[in-house]
Amino acid sequence: MKSLLQITGVLLVAVAVLIYINSQLTDTSSRASSGTITVFNWGEYIDPELVTQFEEETGIRVIYETFDSNEAMLTKIQQGGTRYDIAVPSEYMIEKMKEEDLLLPIDQSKIPNLENIDPYFLDLPFDPGNQYSIPYFWGTVGIAFNPTLLDGQTFESWSDLWSPELEQQVILVDGAREVMGMGLNTLGYSLNSTDEQELRQATDRLKELGPNVKAIIGDEIVETMRRGEAAIALVWSGQAADIMYVNEDIDYSVPQEGSNLWFDNMIIPKTAGNVEGAHAFINFMLDAEIAAQNADYVGYSTPNLPALDLMDPEITGDTRFYPTEDMREELEVYRNLGPVMLGKYNEYFLEFKMSMNRN
Amino acid sequence: METKSRTFLMVPYYLWMVLFVVAPIVLVGYYSFFDIQGNFTLENYQNFFTGTYLSLTLSSFWYAFLITVFTLLIAYPTAYWITKTKQKQLWLLLIIIPSWINLLLKTYAFIGIFGMNGSINNFLSFLGLERQQILYTDFSFIFVSVYIFIPFMILPIFNALDKLNPALLDASRDLGASQWVTFRKVIWPLALGGVKAGIQATFIPALSLFMITRLIAGNKVITLGTAIEQQFLVTQNWGMGSTIAVFLIVFMVIIMVLTGDREKGVNQRGNY
Repeated sequence: MKSLLQITGVLLVAVAVLIYINSQLTDTSSRASSGTITVFNWGEYIDPELVTQFEEETGIRVIYETFDSNEAMLTKIQQGGTRYDIAVPSEYMIEKMKEEDLLLPIDQSKIPNLENIDPYFLDLPFDPGNQYSIPYFWGTVGIAFNPTLLDGQTFESWSDLWSPELEQQVILVDGAREVMGMGLNTLGYSLNSTDEQELRQATDRLKELGPNVKAIIGDEIVETMRRGEAAIALVWSGQAADIMYVNEDIDYSVPQEGSNLWFDNMIIPKTAGNVEGAHAFINFMLDAEIAAQNADYVGYSTPNLPALDLMDPEITGDTRFYPTEDMREELEVYRNLGPVMLGKYNEYFLEFKMSMNRN
Repeated sequence: METKSRTFLMVPYYLWMVLFVVAPIVLVGYYSFFDIQGNFTLENYQNFFTGTYLSLTLSSFWYAFLITVFTLLIAYPTAYWITKTKQKQLWLLLIIIPSWINLLLKTYAFIGIFGMNGSINNFLSFLGLERQQILYTDFSFIFVSVYIFIPFMILPIFNALDKLNPALLDASRDLGASQWVTFRKVIWPLALGGVKAGIQATFIPALSLFMITRLIAGNKVITLGTAIEQQFLVTQNWGMGSTIAVFLIVFMVIIMVLTGDREKGVNQRGNY
């Protein structure tokens, strides 16, 4: 009993000392602080140097948190436990958040750098007039593959993935919309399909892919492909860029049947505690040089026109990552299908995942 | 006076139990009666008994069963062996220490070990054998899960074996029992409480494993835990998620009851 008390005492003292040191450290770093903002972003989706630079320039301290799916982000913002000032959802989620009244309107007069954005990415159907959202990055969904591990296969078409030679070679991303979208596209249907029949067929088609599927995972795809652990993966364009940055063997292709074109925009959620700071952050990220540095680091496509001029033309001229407007016409943007339909997508996706276990 | 202060001291415990045990269970039960749009319905329960969720439950049980069996097969001899060593506490500590390290960190380590270019495959190719797909298979899933649960199985079994009165074993030998008979008739029944506790500590969490299913099994194995996580975080169908959780709780209760006479057993036999 006595030693238990002693241990507890020692622990308490140690904790008190650490808390004191910690408070001293944070005090010195935020002395000139004009508040804090909490940024809620995807993992690996910002150059961390830029966060520091923003803090130095504005004196606003940034608390940075990450999420790994639009839905996980939504849940956290709905619950409202943390005062997020900035979040970066995709287009269909912005539509949904707007419907649920979770967004604050953006005061464009406080964001002079908005003029840098390519008009193509402004005033899109999910947010007319950009009342609630400002473009951050955009990209596509496609196939990353490692030719050194394959016998010359290419991926012009989604159905190339079904080739029997690719047994245990394909990695899929753990997202119902992405995988079901692929199934629908393969059959020539829209990836926003709400037709039960089409979804049923897409699921059955996906089940036939089962033997070729090596795994269905999340952000680990990037590491797995870099190490040459797998030959083929269904990825977002920026993940492909990330992979190619380290492993130059890898190639990326967007199949001809069409695929998903997506936009991630910055929004200010209802939970925001520092709306001024949030605007400052958005404006900072839209600065041409900042945006160029960020795009270089992250690997996704920036909608910032002057930033493109600052970047390596080899990257910005690469139509795999900066498809031309004609090519973009072939692609489809996710629509907000509503919770019931999203539930159906997930049920079918679960059915597909379960079917692999029986192989 | 004394009983009064005792009731008073119980207040924090009751509060804790109500807030963090009773209330969540009641809420889970409550939510399970609502569909994705918030209408009262029994559809979730009906849905649970359709193909997908039923086979999900069955496969979940099958994997949890395999994990428990292998964990027991490794843990029992190990625990027995530790009771026979001189430095019992040291060996026990060495086995317990890995369980202090975060589960995710250990899981990530296995991604490196099992990978196509990982240590095991490097060793295989060093021996001139072909590289094998180890990661994202049933084998890797069960191996890693067993690895994670072993300490939780060893501890209760060790405690039960260690409490065994050596005089009983001597008596058994004096009366002419062979080692096998001694084990079957004396050691096994007396340490059964520990085995049951170990099974509880393994089987129930194995039903709801979830990060490992993605990181090690590449989502080719789906457990009840994975399904619940998906329903809450991705689909946002709290009703269906709660329904699966209700069944998980029911299964847990059943397992607790089946392996439940632990305290009674230890006390009765410990009093010999």
